[in-house]
Parts: sequence; structure tokens; C-alpha cells
Amino acid sequence: MKAIVKVKLKEGILDPQGRAVKTALHHLGYQKIKDVRIGKYIELDIDGNDFIAIKGLVTEASHKLLANPVIEDYFIEIEEGKR
Amino acid sequence: MKTAVIVFPGSNCDYDMLSALNFVGHEATFVWHKDTDLSGFELIVLPGGFSYGDYLRAGAIAHFSPIMNETIRVAKKGKFVMGICNGFQILTEVGLLPGALIRNQNLRFLCQQVYLRVENSDTKFTNQLQKDDILKIPVAHGEGNYYLDEDGIKMLEDNEQVVFRYTNSDNKLVPSANPNGSKNYIAGIISKEKNVMGMMPHPERAVEEILGSTDGCSIFKSLFC
Repeated sequence: MKAIVKVKLKEGILDPQGRAVKTALHHLGYQKIKDVRIGKYIELDIDGNDFIAIKGLVTEASHKLLANPVIEDYFIEIEEGKR
Repeated sequence: MKTAVIVFPGSNCDYDMLSALNFVGHEATFVWHKDTDLSGFELIVLPGGFSYGDYLRAGAIAHFSPIMNETIRVAKKGKFVMGICNGFQILTEVGLLPGALIRNQNLRFLCQQVYLRVENSDTKFTNQLQKDDILKIPVAHGEGNYYLDEDGIKMLEDNEQVVFRYTNSDNKLVPSANPNGSKNYIAGIISKEKNVMGMMPHPERAVEEILGSTDGCSIFKSLFC
């Protein structure tokens, strides 16, 4: 099964990378883009197809290593169709 | 003091640290990150560098090196632990110190001398200093912007856990003195139990005149007392 973990800085934590990209986008004329936040996209290929077990495993791994809960939020998607 | 300098793949201040500790009179030896025994040491030092290439987050992967279980265990028993730069990042990742070090506000890797104000001289790491002393010590980091939520910061301040703040040569806390955007100008903190200290600046790079400053010596000398 495949799982995707998206990690982003928590709201309110300054994202200087996002801010620099926003400035560059504004220089290119994309004034309508009001804010940019940059995060990480992590793809996991996991043995097994027990959805609940895999969700538990990915949540644990995200909390332990993939994200730092002090500064980051994470979102998990399990792609059932891609066995 | 019998001191272990932990070497991770990607540590690059390990030799500087060993040299500075021995220069001041400590008995420092390297300990590889795959080792699991720190019983023979009184002080554990996590040096600067880029452990595991800073992949994922600075210090995130070093957290799970075998030696870190032992470091956490002995720290919880009261042994002294000091983390410099990447070592500080690792200490926050493992939870021995609160908060996190995020990307410098200006996105640049900073390699420069900074001034530090001593905020707490009543620690194992700063007892040869006075409160409000100024130290000139270099920083070299891309992720040194100390972050902790407001409640956490209040707790740190109330418990006198802030050890060093970035300041200027007149000892004024002004935004231009804060190189990386750290909350409340925080450059170094200590655990509630006062045995684990982490700081972003590099005292081991300020121990001989030829390096531009000897202000780092007072930190290493404090450890004797």
C-alpha cells in the first residue's frame, strides 16, 4: 500500500522559504497570490494491506520521525487503490 | 572532567570540540554514535555539524542513533550534557530541551561572530561568568532560529532556563543583534533540572587568541566547578 505524508509548519510559525517564494511570485506579476507556505511531501511504500494497521503505523512514524510536532503538522493519505 | 564527544556521521566540529576541551584541561575522548555505553563519563557533548546531512530536519535522524538512547538515559539520571549547534538541534529533537530550531529568518547560512549576554550564571556551564557579561563567540548555522510557543517561552523565562541571548556590543537587545530571528533573542537554554544545556554559538571556536576570541574558555572552565 502507498501512503503519503504531507508535513507543514504549524500556522503562525514563520516560513521564510514561503515568504521568499511569495516575493519572487510577486516580482513575476502574480499579485493575487497572497501567501505561500512550503512543506514536505513524503511517499511511503508499505508492506501489507490492512488499512487500519497501516494508518496506525504511518501515524506513529510521522509523530516519531517524519514530523516534529513542536513545529509541524502532518496529514496522512493512504492510497488504497495502489496495492 | 571525563568527557565524551559524540561523533555522528556528518559531525564536523568534533575535532574542534575535543581540542578545546583538552586545551582547557578536560579529558575528552570520541565516542562513536553506534556505541551504547556512557557510564565512564561525567559530561556528554554533542558537537556541531550536519549529522546525517541534516536530512528531513536538522538532528531528526541523529535522534535515533543508538548512543542517543544512552544519552537520554544518563541525562535523566542527572549527568551533564551539552549540545552545541547541531548538538542543540539534536537535544530539542529528542526532547531533552524544549522547542525547536527552525530556518534562519533571512534564509542565509550565517557564519559570523556574535555577542551573547549571559542570562544565568548559576549553572554548571556558566558559573565562571557573571549575569549580563558579554561573550564574543561565532555562530555557523542555517537553522538556528529558536522557536517555542508563548506558554513555553514564559515557562523558560520564569524558570531561568535561558542561559544566553544574542545581544550587541553595547549589550542592548535590538533586532539587528538577533542574527537568525530567535524568539526573545534566545541563543542557549538549559533544562529545568539544569543539567542539559544547548546553544547555537560555538564556544569551541573561541578558545585561543588566534581564533579571534577566548570567550568560549569560560564555559569549558565553568565545568570544573
